[in-house]
Parts: sequence; C-alpha cells; structure tokens
Amino acid sequence: MLGALRVVAPHLKPIFINRWSAVNPLGRGRAATFAALSEGSSGLRLNDFESGEPKTWIGRVEGLEREPVVARLAEFDCRNNRLAQLGLVQDGFEQAVARTKVRYGAHRIAVLVGTSTSGIHETERAYRGRDPETGAFVVPPRYRHSHNVFSTADFVRSYLELQGPAAAISTACSSSAKVFASAHRLMEAGLADAVVVGGVDSLCLTTLYGFASLELLSREPCRPCDAARNGISIGEAAGYALLERAGAGDGGVALLGYGESADAYHMSSPHPEGEGAYLAMSAALQRAGMAPADVDYINLHGTATPANDRAEDTAVHRIFGASVSCSSTKGWTGHTLGAAGITEAIISGLCLEQGFIPGSLQTRVLDPGLKSRIALAPERRTLRRVLSNSFGFGGNNCSLLFGQPA
Amino acid sequence: MIPLYVQSVGLLGPGLPDWRTGRDILCGERPYQYEAPPQPNPDILSANERRRGAKSVRWAVAVAQEAVAASGLQAADIATVFTSSSGDGETLHCICEALAAPGREVSPTRFHNSVHNAAAGYWSIAAGSRRPSVSLCGYDASFAIGLLEAAVQASVERTPVLLVAYDLPYPQPLHSVRTISEPLAVALLLAPEPGANALACWQIAPAQRAARTALPAGLAGTYASNPVAQCLPLLAALAGGTQERVRIDYLDDRQLVVEPVPWS
Repeated sequence: MLGALRVVAPHLKPIFINRWSAVNPLGRGRAATFAALSEGSSGLRLNDFESGEPKTWIGRVEGLEREPVVARLAEFDCRNNRLAQLGLVQDGFEQAVARTKVRYGAHRIAVLVGTSTSGIHETERAYRGRDPETGAFVVPPRYRHSHNVFSTADFVRSYLELQGPAAAISTACSSSAKVFASAHRLMEAGLADAVVVGGVDSLCLTTLYGFASLELLSREPCRPCDAARNGISIGEAAGYALLERAGAGDGGVALLGYGESADAYHMSSPHPEGEGAYLAMSAALQRAGMAPADVDYINLHGTATPANDRAEDTAVHRIFGASVSCSSTKGWTGHTLGAAGITEAIISGLCLEQGFIPGSLQTRVLDPGLKSRIALAPERRTLRRVLSNSFGFGGNNCSLLFGQPA
Repeated sequence: MIPLYVQSVGLLGPGLPDWRTGRDILCGERPYQYEAPPQPNPDILSANERRRGAKSVRWAVAVAQEAVAASGLQAADIATVFTSSSGDGETLHCICEALAAPGREVSPTRFHNSVHNAAAGYWSIAAGSRRPSVSLCGYDASFAIGLLEAAVQASVERTPVLLVAYDLPYPQPLHSVRTISEPLAVALLLAPEPGANALACWQIAPAQRAARTALPAGLAGTYASNPVAQCLPLLAALAGGTQERVRIDYLDDRQLVVEPVPWS
C-alpha cells in the first residue's frame, strides 16, 4: 500500500535523543509522568483557570503563578515562559545542554520551539485593562518578550545561552512534532551538531473560548475513541529533547523517521478519510526504511473530537490494519496543543524504555465504528518502535517514529 | 548546504504591485512611488475561502500565487515555508477585544484564522497541495529564519520549496507596542536544480554579525519597520543581476550571508 506514495524520501540516519525533560499536568519530570501513566491517574480537573469559565476540564501545571523566570531574563516573565523555564530545570536537562555546549560550542547548538499561542495570555489581560475612553493600553503587554510567537524560542535560547540557528514553529497542534523534522534537516545541512527541540503552550482564554466557539470543548474529561466522545480537554505543558547524531551509549531512544503533510481540505476539520494523516505516517515509515509490521505501538493524536478520532482511525487502519496497539494519552494530559507533539514524543520514549503501552484513559465504550486496535487496558511488553501522531488546524500533520536504531 | 536556484518571485506592497514592477524599481529603471496599500484578492482562493480568510491570508496567498505562476511548477507539488512576525494582527485584536467584553463571544472563524499557520492552511487548500508545510516566527528575524528553513529544506529534501514571508500593520492598540508602518509580502521559489528560467543561484549560510547590506535607498523610508523588508537587498541583487554578497540580519548575534554563485 505504500507503493502508491509518490514522494520517495531519503532514508534517515538515526538521531539520538540524549536527554528529555517534561512538565505537564501529570507532574514535574519524566518520572512523575510515567508514574501517572502506569497508575492510570489523570491530570485533568474541572476548569479553575481565571474565572473557571467555560465549564470544561483542563490539564493545568501547578505552581506557575508563584515561579517567575530568572531575574536576568525578567523581561520575558509570563505564564508561557514560566512554563518553558519549569521544563528546562527538569530531568537534568539544562546540565545536559551545558555539557553538550562544552563539546560543540554554543554556536553549533540550535533551538527549535513549537508553540501555538505563546504569551498571548498577557495581551488578553492588557486588553481587559484598556482605557475605556481611548482604547489605549494602560499596562501595555511586553510584545517582543511575551506576545510574539518567537518569544519562547528566544527565551529558551537566552536561558541556555546558545547561539546556533533558532526558530519558533507554529503550526497549531503539530508544532512541537515538526521541530524534530526541522532539527534533522539542520544537522543534515551541517548547520548544527546538536539541537534543543521542544514545545511550550500554556492555558489562555483564546484557546478555551476559541475551542468552545467551535463546539469542540468537552464538558467532561475528554474520552478519546469513545462512542460518546464529545470534544477535547485543553492542557498545558512544556517538554524538550536534546538531539545529537551520536548516542550517549546507553541504548537510548532515537528518532528513526518523520513524515509531514498537509490535508488541503479544511481549516479546522480533518480530511474525513485522514488522507493527510496517511501521507504523514507513510512518509515516516519510508524515511526509516520500515514496514508497518515494524511498529509496536502508535500514540494517537486522539483528541476525542468525533471527526479527529474517526479520520485518524481510517488512516491508521489503512496502513496498519488492526495489528498494532494504539492509544491516545490525551485523557491523562489533555490536549496540550503546541506542546502536544513533544509531550507525546516524551511519552513514546518512556513507553520504549519501560516496555509499556498505556490504555486509552477515560474511554468507557469504544466507538464500534473504529477499526484499529485501540488499547483500553495497559500492556507490558518489549517495544522496539513507537509511532507518534500530531495533527493541527490548517490541516497540518506530522508523524514521528522512535525506537532503537537497527 | 548545496547552492539553491531562485526560480521565481512574488512581491506585494504599497507601490510594489508585483515582482515585474518591483524588479524595474529595484534595478533603477523606474522610480519608486508610494501608493495606498493594495487590496489583494487572489483568484486561486475559492469565493468561500476569500470570504472567510483574513487580510494577511490574501496577502500571503497573492505572492505565493504570483511566484508559482512564474515558476513552471504545479502548486500541488511544492512544499511550503511560511514566515511572519505577526500572523494576522486584526484577528488577534478582535479575539482579545471579544475576550475583554462581557459574554466573551469569540467567532469560530476568527479562532481558526488566529493560528499562525492560517495562511499556509488556506494556501494548501487553494493549491490542492498535501506537501509538507511549516509556519515560522522569528520576531525581527522572521524573514531570515524562513529563508534558512526553506533553503535547508530544499537542500536536504531535494525538493522545490516556496518561501512566503508577510507582515501587515497591527490595528491599535497593538500598533502602539509593535509598529509595522506598511504591509509587505514576498514569495521566493527555491529549487535544488535549475529550472528553465532560474533567476539566480545562491549559497546561503549563517555568519557572525558584520555590516548588513543596506535597504534599497528609495524603499527604506516606507518599509524599514516591516520585518519582511530584509528581503529587499536580496531582491535588489536579483533585479540588478549583481554578483555581490548580501548580508541580512538573522538572530541578535548572527546574520545570513547570501552569495550569488555563477552557473551556466
């Protein structure tokens, strides 16, 4: 079935992930994330962000209100950059980057950060406090250091004191999956020896009310692949991966393939047959030189909207049939939007290391219309390769294949 | 990175209605004259998408359409890199205004237009392209960041890549914290192999900061506050067919050096 694909991608030289770090509604650090996954405890709660409206469930990171960014970068202080910093100090990440910097030099390490809304929460607040007569800001937002989409990539690069290429990637909910593809290209083109990739997206009213306006927000904890699924739960998260050509020598996880595509269908609804998702997954396999049978687990985009889960299932079944276990972890973390790609890449890495397939939390009655093999209960077995899907508004798709290199 | 061929250009700004006119201005064959900003309405967008899309979408799609039409390639076969410092400022303004009002009623169309990749999404629908597409931001370095990503992608993936850069003025009060005086959009089609009408061959690399190439004299006054204006020294080199090296600002401590390479 892959023979039908027109574009033949060159095979990828594996890229090693020599350090990961995570902060999300399950807690701080990878260990907290894995503990919640293995215990089946969700990070979702009834919306208590700002006024608690709209009525929905959210995945919130505790303590951001009390932990400003470091004094030397005070101008960057906002919820999104606080979350970015909280991610950098987990799991020994900043220390690992410091060691890598000694090896290659600051100008040889690139920074690519995915985000959808950056620090727009600050701008929302500034609009609420405008002068009612003139409409002018009374307390203006710090445009460059909070509002602008590049703010968080700039913050991460400044915090880590790196001088290599940098960019913010903002393709909605695929943003922090696509950072891996761009990182591979930068290394392949000889412009970086290591790349800090990541994703950071924090709670704000724009996404809460925006998804509510599209009637895509669930009033209960989201239920991916459930017959009665009725929308997403929004979460916030930060996560990073330190990518290098050479492994740390401890049998770590590597990026084996990536696939990117567009739906060319609709701005906020997926292609009904998952055509773009199919192209992205196929390209990831092709770049890795792998067959569908080489994949042991698929971490679905699985947002719990009726349309996404149906379209994704169609595409997954077209490639993998019902032979590969799949699940969505959005019932744990919520949909962390621009941070979903990295958060689920981190979860995929944990699954590979621990030999663990999470069941689809919050899913009570599997939608009988779905044909893929969707895991409702956790499984423990050795995994060689895990595929992670991320799809965003604008019909932007990215699939990542992780595993031990052959 | 391998040298890349500039296959075609799209250009739009006040007094710059298209690349043909822009080229004549940039090589000194006609004087630049400021005109009121154009109101593009690119016909590659369906009537429905034209109605739903925000203003920045029409600007970005207009230059993309111009560059593709001049390239000899099919729109559906081209990967894209979109880059913008602001995305759609009017849409973000309307959403923030709605969120500050009682009831907080956000328009669903405005919300899907608010994503930074809105222009890329509308383009992929109009072009019928399922090829990879990325949307970037780099504040004042947005053009250079997009140029580097497009060049790296064309080089590594061995595929033609369409770069689209656009920034429009914000409405007030955002204009008071980020002043972009005039709109500007540019599209460059970069390819790993020369097509029939290739305009130039460029070797692109990041470098330490040095004196940057000045903006073309007649255009600096109008465009200096727009991050996309970093394309103008490159377009001037293209228009004049010069073999001079161009340096444009990239990140705080870095520049991009674009070196024309002779080819036959």
